[in-house]
Amino acid sequence: MAQSAASQPSLPARAAPKRRSEAVNGLLMVSPTALYALLLLAAPLVTIFTYSFLTDGYLTVELTPTLGSYVEAWTNEVYRVVMLRSLGVAMAVTLVTVVLAFPIAYYVSFYVDPSRKSLWLFLITIPFWTSYLIRVFLWKVILGFNGVVNSGLMGLGLIDEPLTFLLYNTNSIVITLAHAYAPFAILPIFVALEKIDRSFLEAGRDLGESSFVTFLRVTLPLAMPGVISAVMIVFIPTIGDYVTPHLVGGPEGKMVANLVQVLYLKLDNYPLGSALAVSSMLLVGLVLMMAAMQLAIFGYVFKRIAGTTPLILAIFTALAAAQALLLLVVVLWLITDSAVLTVSLGAALHAVALVALRRKRSAL
Amino acid sequence: MKGGWFRIYAYGFLLFLYAPILLLPIFAFNDGAIVAFPLAGFTTKWFEQLWVEPALHQALKNSLIIAVSASILSTCLGIFAARASTRYNFPLRGGIIGMIMLPLVLPEIILAIALLVVLLGIGIPLSIYTVILGHVLVCTPFSIAVLTAAFQSLDKSLEEAAYDLGETPASTFRLIILPLVTPGIISSLLMTFTISLDEFLMAFFLAGTEPTLPVYIFSQFRFPKSVPVVLALGTVLVVASIILLTIAEYFRRRGIAKTGGKDTGGFL
Amino acid sequence: MSSEKPVMIEFRDVHKYYGDYHALRGINATIRAGEFFSLLGPSGCGKTTLLRTIAGFEGISSGAVMIGGEDMADVPANQRPTNMVFQSYAIFPHLTVAENVGFGLRKDPRTKAEKAKAVDEALGMVGLTGYGARAAHALSGGQRQRVALARALILKPKVLLLDEPLSALDKKMREQMQVELIKLQRQVGITFILVTHDQEEALVMSDRIAVMFEGQIAQLADPETLYRRPASRKVADFIGTMNFLPAKILSEAGGKVEVEAQGFGKMTLNADQVMSAEGAAGGATVGFRPETLTILFDGQATAEQHCDAVVEEVVYYGDMTYYDIKIQGCDSAVRLSMRNVFGRPVLEIGTKTRVAWSAGALVLFR
Repeated sequence: MAQSAASQPSLPARAAPKRRSEAVNGLLMVSPTALYALLLLAAPLVTIFTYSFLTDGYLTVELTPTLGSYVEAWTNEVYRVVMLRSLGVAMAVTLVTVVLAFPIAYYVSFYVDPSRKSLWLFLITIPFWTSYLIRVFLWKVILGFNGVVNSGLMGLGLIDEPLTFLLYNTNSIVITLAHAYAPFAILPIFVALEKIDRSFLEAGRDLGESSFVTFLRVTLPLAMPGVISAVMIVFIPTIGDYVTPHLVGGPEGKMVANLVQVLYLKLDNYPLGSALAVSSMLLVGLVLMMAAMQLAIFGYVFKRIAGTTPLILAIFTALAAAQALLLLVVVLWLITDSAVLTVSLGAALHAVALVALRRKRSAL
Repeated sequence: MKGGWFRIYAYGFLLFLYAPILLLPIFAFNDGAIVAFPLAGFTTKWFEQLWVEPALHQALKNSLIIAVSASILSTCLGIFAARASTRYNFPLRGGIIGMIMLPLVLPEIILAIALLVVLLGIGIPLSIYTVILGHVLVCTPFSIAVLTAAFQSLDKSLEEAAYDLGETPASTFRLIILPLVTPGIISSLLMTFTISLDEFLMAFFLAGTEPTLPVYIFSQFRFPKSVPVVLALGTVLVVASIILLTIAEYFRRRGIAKTGGKDTGGFL
Repeated sequence: MSSEKPVMIEFRDVHKYYGDYHALRGINATIRAGEFFSLLGPSGCGKTTLLRTIAGFEGISSGAVMIGGEDMADVPANQRPTNMVFQSYAIFPHLTVAENVGFGLRKDPRTKAEKAKAVDEALGMVGLTGYGARAAHALSGGQRQRVALARALILKPKVLLLDEPLSALDKKMREQMQVELIKLQRQVGITFILVTHDQEEALVMSDRIAVMFEGQIAQLADPETLYRRPASRKVADFIGTMNFLPAKILSEAGGKVEVEAQGFGKMTLNADQVMSAEGAAGGATVGFRPETLTILFDGQATAEQHCDAVVEEVVYYGDMTYYDIKIQGCDSAVRLSMRNVFGRPVLEIGTKTRVAWSAGALVLFR
């Protein structure tokens, strides 16, 4: 038997199967969509990224590379204020939205009858799909001088004259955006909560923990992936929102997107517009990265707290503190001006934190 | 009571979510040119004015053409991507799918200006066709999300069984996979249609002189006297999109029930 | 005898890699026409992979899979003379029972009426006469299983492949289907290849069984040989319960081995009782099945060898009672089983008794 098998000449050829491999099939299948995204998404994004390093000429873009647009975007008071405001608004919206969304997701996941969960999710998503522009406009009606809130409060006799701090400032932007992005925050948290094995919670209770402690020690850590995606999915797009600041932000409520629109469509300054857009994304990336590092470090300390030495614990606590400090410094820099110091300090701290984390992870 | 405070909070939150939509018909039927309280009485004249706005009709026509094209194109692209990502393992899968899904998180302004710059750079004049290109980009990730759920609930052994019983990969797709994901495809078509119909920013940047419905609405906000008409239009649009979404949801659920999958809920 | 029948399937040094993972490590085996053959092993041993190489769903890295003397290397799954019953049954949920069963006849040149008749026959064969118009998703687990069988058998394949077909059924249904499958196989005379991790199922149903561990066939034999003469400690451990006692080999001569086993003392074993100790740590052991030890109730005499023991644990199963007993001179307890014949008492813990054994039932692992 063995000899006849060995004498077959076709045997070695079989090592390379004749059928198209799974990888090729998959790539072929995805290629139309991928090609579309490559041409109409990736290529344009690369283009504006490139533009941001070019020089603005009169009605044209000159091919001289420069960092001038970035210098302008990061030093000119007008742009810096707007970027800082956008960042602040996005952070506030994210915080408000996620904090408001969590109890809803928790309620639907833990208290709503399984057969009615889809209905709840559907109810939550419906407002999201209906006429964004008109919804934003209606917030103007709700929050305005003669709006629903003011007339209601005056009708109840709680105030004598309409409140003016409701509309045309960052408050109204935050409220409107928190409303618009609520489903985006609820859904990922809900999905994460749904994945939690209910017997874990029963085990927690069974082991004598109070329901609140069980929530803190079991539910919240397991829901973190959902919270993180909720943060990302709210934070990134809100920093670039155009309609809301335009309609309810008033003259003092302009955000990055409004400036980018003006620079592109009115002033024809593509490089500066691109630099602003890229900068806002860089800012988002930086904040998310730091938040992720904080989370990783705190999570690490938290997990290791039982079996670790005081020294290691101290090192990681110090690192976490350094990270927090770094965040503070970046925000400070946006307000004041000491770019060189901040960037070098930030880079050094990050490098140290990363190296230390890697080392300790592999050591333990 | 089940849920206690959570339940009260949840209903309060729903009220917050629906507040603008609930106000919409109130002002649409309000007999006053200023959109504010107190209300001035009932009227349907704002709805009647919808019939005699040629600019609005043109915008609606543009929007419908764009929404139908964008929903069909993005659903086709969604089928390819969802099928590829659920069925095959290929190099850079995460990266490729991530790139396609990017418009879901990227601020629309960035997508819009990027596309605008490139289209103008190549010399393509702005028209409803450029809006379609942009909308397909925005809609495809949503289509993929819906269709991935549909394809995922397909048991791989169904395909193998058909293949084992003598069918080719092509006929297996036609006889087994397509019928089972049809509800998902319908759901995707309806949803992307709704998104495209409602999308403002891409259209604002890419439409040139052919405004879509949202662009028209946006331009009318500048004139206080036309606002009640816009709200009447908004009421019609909200009712229409709720109907479309309900049908989409019906098909999505039916699709999952048909393939025997478990409903994980939601569009996302 | 099955050895007179022609060879249906032959594996020639089949290797399969998934990247670096060596899933099949040189499979050599032949399966004969009309045989009910089982691939038995723990999960991850490669049994399903091997089955799927027959069906054509998995390519192989080297070697050859032959069906009916033909190399299957370039034959895709949809052209192989095999059909499969899937673990999940893979009933097409959007089709009726009849459409499911008749699915494979789509390109068959027969007329519609003839095809409908074939579908009815196939449904009758699996006991589902009259179910044709039902929607597939409305069926119970057992009915799905039958539809999957009818759908595969209607094409009259040379080989029917069954991938853990009974694992989703409850115990009663499973036992019923085991018997039905045996009968069905006899009726149609097709080669059945069953993948299972359930040793009892394999023993009940198969003409021959290949026990697989880590991508290799550890033993290929009929059920009785497998049970009574497991080729290694590993196989013995996997199939049924086996007791092991430390043993010392005293001498070997003329095919006979003289052994001294703890508690049992000296004995002479034949060459066919000597097996590999693979899968065990330490020195040589003798192994025996629980039912080969017998408790001698008061006054019962025996011609066999016997020794004194104390009952340490009693587990009552209704039809059987399992005892853990400590044989005098042994370090650890061994398990024996007694059928609860009418009038026979169930012993209590601590009872002193005698147990009889026979050297012929022992196996030496070294």
